[in-house]
Amino acid sequence: MSESRGLTPLQLDALREVGNIGSGNAAVALSTMVDKKVLLSVPRASLVPLVKVSDLVGGAETPVVGVYLHISGDASGSMLLLLAESSAAELADLMVADAEEELTTVEQSALQETGSILAGSYLNALSQMTGILLRPSVPGFAMDMAGAIIDFILVEISQSEDYVLVIETEFDISQHRICGHLILFPDLGSLDIILGRLGVNG
Amino acid sequence: MTDDLVNVGVAEYYVTHNSHVLACFGLGSCVGVALYDGRKKIGGLAHIMLPNSKAITKRGNPGKYADTAIQNMVEKMEKLGAKRRDMRAKAVGGACMFSIPGAINPRNVPGPALGMQIGDRNVEAVKVVLKELGIPLMAEDTGGGHGRTMRFDISNGTVTVNSIKHGVMEL
Repeated sequence: MSESRGLTPLQLDALREVGNIGSGNAAVALSTMVDKKVLLSVPRASLVPLVKVSDLVGGAETPVVGVYLHISGDASGSMLLLLAESSAAELADLMVADAEEELTTVEQSALQETGSILAGSYLNALSQMTGILLRPSVPGFAMDMAGAIIDFILVEISQSEDYVLVIETEFDISQHRICGHLILFPDLGSLDIILGRLGVNG
Repeated sequence: MTDDLVNVGVAEYYVTHNSHVLACFGLGSCVGVALYDGRKKIGGLAHIMLPNSKAITKRGNPGKYADTAIQNMVEKMEKLGAKRRDMRAKAVGGACMFSIPGAINPRNVPGPALGMQIGDRNVEAVKVVLKELGIPLMAEDTGGGHGRTMRFDISNGTVTVNSIKHGVMEL
């Protein structure tokens, strides 16, 4: 796989469709969990230079909550649920009723579990669509600067590349001012497999 | 002052003799390495992602790896008139942001995922490279589990570190 391969418009469309189906399924899961309507943006699929990745979520210093899962199986990559701090607190409140200002341990695990469920339904939809086995790891949780949370993922997937493929969807629960990003970072080495199964290889 | 702020992004490095402030925002497992020749007031900052370019067959840009980034910075600083023997280093970052028990690394070998120890390995690599080049590491704020922003003031060599968890400190 070359380091800065171009993707054709057709391939990008197919990858966007991956984002659509995955996040659509994840949104249904989230909506069921919190019993609220969840709105989705049109997914973005693009090759992003390493330097630019944290701009996608509002800059490297933005405080966020991140739930990270490593993907293994027929194809590998990473999945990340990113929430602005205020959104994370609101979402946690929907699931765990307490009066604490700060995120409690219980709320943290609730968010962690949310990430796991969203990633699970996203990847399930993908697996069904493509026949590619995708297995998420247990979720990792971090509350910190967006750049710090993302650079770790870049390390995992960009050993020899200066770009990463990002398939990103924004979702929001408008009555509760909750908005977040669900991002799939397929390893570029797995891209041929995915494109092949989507029927848009080369 | 903010006009002279240079954002050194992931896998980039920047060398200057102007009185800029160089910054790495949101360092996680990445390491920011500041090199400074205090006599000439020439400095450089690298935002390093990976420890070593030698194990990688298809390398990306040199700013990504500890060995090539530091080497390139030293050469550029020397071109501007800095002296190797006057160079001092400070390092920030190299945290472990997530710990996932039983995670699988990208090569599907059971054990900690690559990213789990990459921060430590980056810091270690920076120290080895600096030692080889004979540049003393004067101060560091590395490791732990939190993100950091680093600002390096070329006019006086000060490095300040911000983090959400620990506020501001000076190195």
